[in-house]
Amino acid sequence: MYKLSGVTKQYSRGKETVHALRGIDLVIEDGDQVVIQGPTGGGKSTLLQMLGALDRPTAGSIEFDGVDIAKLSETKLTRLRAEKIGIIFQSFNLIPTLTAQENVETALAPMGTKPAERRRLAAEALESVGLGERLHHLPGELSGGQQQRVAISRALVKKPKVLLADEPTGALDEGTRDEILALLDGLWKEYGLTFIMVTHDSHIAKSAPRLATIKAGQVTITDQARQTAPVSY
Amino acid sequence: MFLIYLRRELRRRKKAALVISMGLALGIALVITVNSVSAGMTAAQDKVLQSLYGLGTDMTVTKAQTSTTSTNGTPKFSFGAKDDSSKTQSSDNVRVQGFQTLKSTVVTQVSAQKGVDQAVGGLSLSVTKVDGSFTQGKAQSTTGSGQRGSTGGQPKVQGGGADFSVNSYTVYGTDVANLDLGPMTTSKITKGVDFTSSQSNSKVVVVDSAYAKTKKYSVGDSITISGTKFKIIGIATADSGDSTANVYIPLKQAQTLSDSKDLVTTVYVKATDSKQIDTVKATIQKNVSGTTVTTSADLASTVSGSLSTASNLATSVGKWLSIAVLIAAFLVAALLTSSAVSRRVREFGTLKALGWKSGRVTRQVMGEAFVNGLLGGALGIALGLAGAYTVTAISPTLTASLGSTSSGGGPGGGGRPGQQAAAKAIDIALTAPVSVNTIAIAVALAVAGGLIAGTFGGWRASRLRPADALRRVE
Repeated sequence: MYKLSGVTKQYSRGKETVHALRGIDLVIEDGDQVVIQGPTGGGKSTLLQMLGALDRPTAGSIEFDGVDIAKLSETKLTRLRAEKIGIIFQSFNLIPTLTAQENVETALAPMGTKPAERRRLAAEALESVGLGERLHHLPGELSGGQQQRVAISRALVKKPKVLLADEPTGALDEGTRDEILALLDGLWKEYGLTFIMVTHDSHIAKSAPRLATIKAGQVTITDQARQTAPVSY
Repeated sequence: MFLIYLRRELRRRKKAALVISMGLALGIALVITVNSVSAGMTAAQDKVLQSLYGLGTDMTVTKAQTSTTSTNGTPKFSFGAKDDSSKTQSSDNVRVQGFQTLKSTVVTQVSAQKGVDQAVGGLSLSVTKVDGSFTQGKAQSTTGSGQRGSTGGQPKVQGGGADFSVNSYTVYGTDVANLDLGPMTTSKITKGVDFTSSQSNSKVVVVDSAYAKTKKYSVGDSITISGTKFKIIGIATADSGDSTANVYIPLKQAQTLSDSKDLVTTVYVKATDSKQIDTVKATIQKNVSGTTVTTSADLASTVSGSLSTASNLATSVGKWLSIAVLIAAFLVAALLTSSAVSRRVREFGTLKALGWKSGRVTRQVMGEAFVNGLLGGALGIALGLAGAYTVTAISPTLTASLGSTSSGGGPGGGGRPGQQAAAKAIDIALTAPVSVNTIAIAVALAVAGGLIAGTFGGWRASRLRPADALRRVE
């Protein structure tokens, strides 16, 4: 799935240069579940953005299914994100003016899905996460856990190959956190996804099949109880 | 998705949308009102000029101004002493207005010039009628009262005097064979009938309605001018409320009354092409010597008074005020849209992370700004129409003074109806007509305002990189 070779990312902050990633080499197989853990400012979110084709590395290559996405044009990166990558954010990032169903539909819009089909798929995705009764609710009318379920539906409705999650339980209480983690684990297996999650929660990190610890821009991989989901594509 | 998202966003950000729309609306309303008032001013000026020229007249030809040494400019009245003091005496003085005349052959000469479609001559007269009676004084002898040697006093005249009224009015001799050009075209026959081409030798008159009302004339009555009795066949009402003359008579009759056989004061000219007026003017001035040609543009420059002041205000201050307010409204709309994009960085970043192309995000922002522009346009048109309607409803009266600065063949010059108008001010009620063009301009401005604002916001949104957009909120 992913093969990262010497991935470096530098930012300029005034006269200062920040080295977010320093020559990372990493291989993630299809169906892997990898948790990236590290201290704040260690570069974990930057790594996730590279994997999600949201940003380009300063140096090195990121192969996705054999294609170096660091060299792809902006248009091709956009298409890659639209078709193959689902992303979940810590603060849900739902569009506040759109209903739950419409929020899920936003992920299908760039794929050219027809409106009726879009509505049907979005409703199905929300039902699969237990929000069949909340289709027409605005994000402000939903709890944090429900909002994250909408965000998960939005990420999975297009049936991506990869699900990236940036601190998906960071804004939730402990009970809801466990619910969401159980849901994600179930979906990972059900959909046969490659699932990469960033967290600073050591409880989550301990139970992860593969743990990528990132510190000062460098990664160490630990296979704790490696297992892969049955890939369905 | 585009329309759903658009509708929801506009509904959610009602206040921001209203501020942007109101800003644009104010600018557009001002443009509509100023444009309409300007159109009203132009219409008022046209009415003033038409009251002198008549509809369809592009220029007038009058005699070039010469120093007047004629003595017949002073009205003379002759009254003889009569025994019967109670008997009323009357004397009319008929004068050519301005004392400058052209030969009737000039009309033919002007008609023959290149670019001239039609030329018609007219004669403007001024009539002063004095009516009244003398009362003879009575001689009384005085008896002696202590004056030595006096056997009887010298006779002394006591009592006596004169009681006269003066009635001045204007008469215009019109070419009854060519009634579609000249001053009478600005009046409509409201009672009776108009002249016919066969009435050049008939003693018939058409009286201006305002004058007829004052003198209590009606169709069928008679009016005596310098001893000649004319029958009133029609009452004419001037469109602008201010007529060229009080009484209209056939040209031949006017020439006879004023002893001006084959003379006219003004030749009214219609050009074949209204865009070639200056060329035609030059041609006439070159080929017909001793004449002054005055176009409506020349005459417009002589209009003064509150109409002129208001017109200048509308075209200068009003125009620049509209432009300033519009620019300010566009800038405010652009800044507010741009600032709205800044507030929605995470939203747009998320959409880009979901695979939305920059173009789709830009279209969304531009769509919202465009709708704001259209809302502003609709509000602006409503406000502008209300403003224009208010001006029309109030109909402020403006005064136009004519021809005071002209010399020579201008309105103050060569004995044409304009000269009569020069002495008085014409009151015009201002209206503010809103044309389709004005509405079209307003719609175009609304669209432009929306697009400018949308371009600013869309440009900012298109430059957002998904990672940057997400990083900003972390």
